[in-house]
This record gives sequence, structure tokens and C-alpha cells, in this order.
Amino acid sequence: MKWTWFHKLGSPPYVYRLARSIGPWLYALAALTIGYGVVAGLFFAPADYQQGDAFRIIYVHAPAAWMSLSAYTTMALAGAVALIWRIKIGHAVAAACAPIGASFTLAALITGSLWGRPMWGTFWAWDPRLTSELILMFLYFGVMSLRQAFDDPARGDRTAAVLAIVGVVNVPIIHYSVQWWNSLHQGATVAKFAKPSMPGSMLWPLLSVLLGFMLFFGAVLCTRLRAEVLNRERQSSWIKEALSSR
Amino acid sequence: MTPRRKRLWVVLGILGGVAASVALAVMASRENIMFYFDPTQIADGKAPQHKRFRVGGMVVKGSVQRNPGDLQVRFVLSDFAHEVPVKYSGVLPDLFREGQGVIAHGTLDGGGTFVADEVLAKHDEKYMPPEVAASLKNKRAASTPKPAATPGNPQT
Repeated sequence: MKWTWFHKLGSPPYVYRLARSIGPWLYALAALTIGYGVVAGLFFAPADYQQGDAFRIIYVHAPAAWMSLSAYTTMALAGAVALIWRIKIGHAVAAACAPIGASFTLAALITGSLWGRPMWGTFWAWDPRLTSELILMFLYFGVMSLRQAFDDPARGDRTAAVLAIVGVVNVPIIHYSVQWWNSLHQGATVAKFAKPSMPGSMLWPLLSVLLGFMLFFGAVLCTRLRAEVLNRERQSSWIKEALSSR
Repeated sequence: MTPRRKRLWVVLGILGGVAASVALAVMASRENIMFYFDPTQIADGKAPQHKRFRVGGMVVKGSVQRNPGDLQVRFVLSDFAHEVPVKYSGVLPDLFREGQGVIAHGTLDGGGTFVADEVLAKHDEKYMPPEVAASLKNKRAASTPKPAATPGNPQT
């Protein structure tokens, strides 16, 4: 098996050009899938038998919550790769992931509390799912500020990567919190190995928005990663060449 | 052992250690993390006696009594094994209805009635259009009358 493609991913100029060429495609595909999902979900999907139109917040809330977990996992994996194999680009990827993931987490918390007020009767409860998601946001903030907290950027990168890896234990806790404990938050509607408890007319827009959020995450990651690489490699000679050739 | 392999084991070791300690901490504080007690736990005396706690269960059909003129409401919560009468005064959430899972926060009085100062509705993970819900109801009414939910699972 040829590993050259994998080794190339460790090279900053290659990653920079790759991000520059696939970024626009990801943005375009994200706009299409999110556009379809939002229009179909907000205007064409039937209202819920109990919640009425208020259930439509799921089209933002659930994909944002899913992405808050996958962005964290991506960040921790990139940090682990950078720590173990000393591949510096991993730190750049992790640094680029953190603010995107934190934004998804914030979006999930805010939309959830807007829905919770009329449906549950409260904006916030110290429920296992809600609390662990709040901890996830603090983990993101911690990783972001730890990276900036050292004079030596390489040390900041390594410390942030360790915190990101340690914090990954929170990801399964968030996911299974609704099964392990009595919680106010409902269980999963769409699970991997089970039939979703939702008809197709409601489900397809949801899956489309989820796919769109993934593509959007990839697209923003490309943009942020380019900025990270440019900043980290500002002393290198390939930069001038990369910026002039276009 | 190459340095790379050593770093891999260090990272895995840290992760394993943290996961194990979190798992132990979580298991030790299981009761505290529980958002609510169910009526069976109260019947078994597992709920705190002179402290505020939450009780969760299904609102028994036909048990809701409102006081005309004020916001007093009485209802019975059940987990299909035991029941707890609840007294509450205040505004109820949109999803509060008979047959729906709710969580009440308050204290148990001497007579076994739960005096709540907050009632939250618990939503389940099922979504469907109103027509589907109506036709399901008709089908269920037409076939043999079975309890709508399985015992021990008040939130579905």
C-alpha cells in the first residue's frame, strides 16, 4: 500500500494548497444541503402531533449538537496525531477546529434552551445531558486559552493537545447521558442501528442539514487551517510562492 | 521501544487513567446525577425525606383536578408500579397533559403527598405528524385494548 498521500498530509504547503482547492466546493455543497434541509424542514415537513411547529428547532439544534461532539473528536484526534507522531500540522488542525466546535456547542445550548422554555417549562436544568454539554463548551474554551497561555507556541500546542485528549472522555458521557441516568432531555430520535422514531418527511430534511453542517464544518476548517498554516509557517520560503501562484 | 511508540503508550495511558477515574467518580455519585426519582424509589424509601428532590413519572389519565378560580392543581404520577399524588400551584408547561411524562420538584409531606413548586414536562424522542398520531390512536382503539406504554418506562 502506498502511504505517500498520507505523508503528504504532513506537509504544510501541500495541506495549504489542498485546503485552498477543496474549500470552495465544500462551501457550495454545504449551502445546497443546508438550504434544502432548512426550507424542507421549516416549510414542508408536517408539524409534530404534540409540539406543533415548535419541534422545528430540531433542524438546527440536533445537527449543531452532533457537530459539537464530532468537532471535539476531530480536534482530539488531530492533537493526538501531532503529539505521538510529531506531525506539526496536527496542531494547526486542532487549533482550527476549536472555535468552530465551540460555536456549534453554543448554538446547541442556545437553541435547546429556547425550545426548553415553552416545552419543558424551563430555560435550563442541571440535567446530565445539559450539564455535560456545558462542560464540553468549557473544555473548548480551556483548549483555546491554554494554547495562547505560553510564550513558546510549541508548548502551548502540546498542552492544549493533552487537555483536548483528556477531555475526550466527556464525549461518550454526553452521548449516553440520556441512557445512563434519568434525565429531562429525551433519548436519541435517530440512532445508528435502530429505526428512527420519526417519519421520512421529517427525517430527510434533518439528515440533509446534518450533512450540510458536516460540509460547513469542513469548509470553515479549510479557511481557518489556511490562516493557521500561513501564520505558523510565516518564516518559510514556500509561502511567497503559494501566495503568488493562483 | 521507539520514542514514537512510547509517546503513543503515554497518551493512551493518560486517556485510560482519566476514563477510569471519571467512571469511578460517576458510579460513586450515580444517585446525585439522577435528575429525578421515580415513584417506585419513593415507595422503597430511597428518596430523601426532608430534602427537596424531583419525582418523574406519567400523569395518570383522569387524575388531574383543577381548582376553579386559582392555579391549584392536583394529579397523580405513576411509573406503572407505584403512584405518587402531587399538589402544585402555578403555571404548567405546554406539554403538560394526562398520559405525558412530567418531572415535579418539591418535597414529600407527612401524608405521602408530593408538594411541588415546579413542574417540567418531559418530552419523548418520538416525532410524528398529527394525522399519523390520530390514525395510530384509532388503530389502537380498534384492536384489543392494551396499555399504551410498557411498564417501568414512564418517559415513552
